Amino acid sequence: MAFLQVENIRKSFGETDVLKDISFTMEQGEVLSMIGSSGSGKTTLLRCLNFLEKPDGGRILMGDEVLFDAADARTLREKEIRKKRLHFGLVFQNFNLFPQYTALQNVMLARELLAREQSDYKTNKQRIRQEIQEQAEGLLIQMGLKDKMLNYPHQLSGGQCQRVAIARALNLHPDILCFDEPTSALDPELTGEVLKVIRELADKNTTMIIVTHEMGFARDVASKVIFMDDGNICEMGTPQQVFENPQQERTKQFLNNYTSNNL
Amino acid sequence: MQELLQQIAEQLPIVIRSLNEGFGQTLRLFFVTLAGALPLGLVISFGSMSRFKPLKWLTRMFVGIIRGTPLMIQLLIFFYFPGLVLKQNIWGSGEAGRFTAAAIAFIINYACYFSEIYRGGIQGIPVGQEEAGLVLGMTPGQIFFRVKLMQMIKRIVPPISNEIITLVKDTSLARIISLQEIIWAGQAFMKGSQGISGAIWPLFFTGVYYLVWNGVLSFLLGRLEKKLDYFR
Repeated sequence: MAFLQVENIRKSFGETDVLKDISFTMEQGEVLSMIGSSGSGKTTLLRCLNFLEKPDGGRILMGDEVLFDAADARTLREKEIRKKRLHFGLVFQNFNLFPQYTALQNVMLARELLAREQSDYKTNKQRIRQEIQEQAEGLLIQMGLKDKMLNYPHQLSGGQCQRVAIARALNLHPDILCFDEPTSALDPELTGEVLKVIRELADKNTTMIIVTHEMGFARDVASKVIFMDDGNICEMGTPQQVFENPQQERTKQFLNNYTSNNL
Repeated sequence: MQELLQQIAEQLPIVIRSLNEGFGQTLRLFFVTLAGALPLGLVISFGSMSRFKPLKWLTRMFVGIIRGTPLMIQLLIFFYFPGLVLKQNIWGSGEAGRFTAAAIAFIINYACYFSEIYRGGIQGIPVGQEEAGLVLGMTPGQIFFRVKLMQMIKRIVPPISNEIITLVKDTSLARIISLQEIIWAGQAFMKGSQGISGAIWPLFFTGVYYLVWNGVLSFLLGRLEKKLDYFR
């Protein structure tokens, strides 16, 4: 039984079939890179996993738990979805930090709100909040933001914002952390600092799905690479297989274009 | 010239007392309008953003009519329509009746303006804020109150301030149904009141009241705007 199993996911917006028939599996501790040209459906797939889009067909399973089944209305209830979302974390291209909160508050907020649902929250309020704050501080230190905890997002660089966003997602301990082009809004220098953080997470065997246009990074960090094209998985395999020995014409063409543009 | 100044000095205590009284009514209309229109505007804005199409279009049409016609006409219609057309004086008599009619017309008119400002404030928040809340497991209520509300308030303070300043001056329109606000009080001295007649300066002097009150409001609203400057 795979850690994550995605079966025959389909999604269309109006007339456009964005995802045609997507199936793949991944194991705990794996890092999956998703590459492909813009509009190939990578982001939509990630959004489906995070229940920001509802697939028109297919199933998503985690272990033996069915998270989503287009044929089973019980898996589509709003309340259920909220809980299932927590299996996944999502880091956005443009961070989406909450501007009115400090870096630390951004990391703590969702955890605090969840803690309120605990039955012992009222009696142990002080201690629970203290713990949440300590963990949030620990994560921000891990992200190299020890001096920035009390800064507001507008006082931080893009790279710092993205690292706060990563800490915010990590603080909910998702089973799989997803990145939607995490460096596309950053200049090359800031890109480096964010990629370094993601690489460190990979070294700690964090299970991750990374949608990216950074080919070198996708290849280095991943244990598995998916090349998507026109709503389909065109090629899937180890980084060596996909990057050095692609079988599909489309993959070769994409990688060639990429290399010739980056000389 | 000296004679005129002397005359004004003699009239001043009487005029000031009268203008103060009128300005009291002006302030009452101002505060009652705000107290009614600020919350009603939020209700109307939810209507105009409703996913239920008929409600949405009905609300937007209503807002369009109110915003597209002069407040003065609305005041006249609200005040005279029940009595003269329906033959039923629902407002009651005297100054209290005029105030009720004026307050309701003002509340509805301003609520429509506020509703459009609220709508802009809510719809202007990037969709990513809601999505970030969702993937962090927040409920829709938590997303509205913990994520969106402050951002909305920050966005609407400048345009709402504008409307509030305009409202101060718009209260004078209630003169058209003889509400005894400050313009009415000043004008009385032209026609003759308390032994003073043919005096135009009291009417001009009312401008000072508006100016001072708007100065105070601008200062307070500016402070509020600054307070919200801690984030962007």
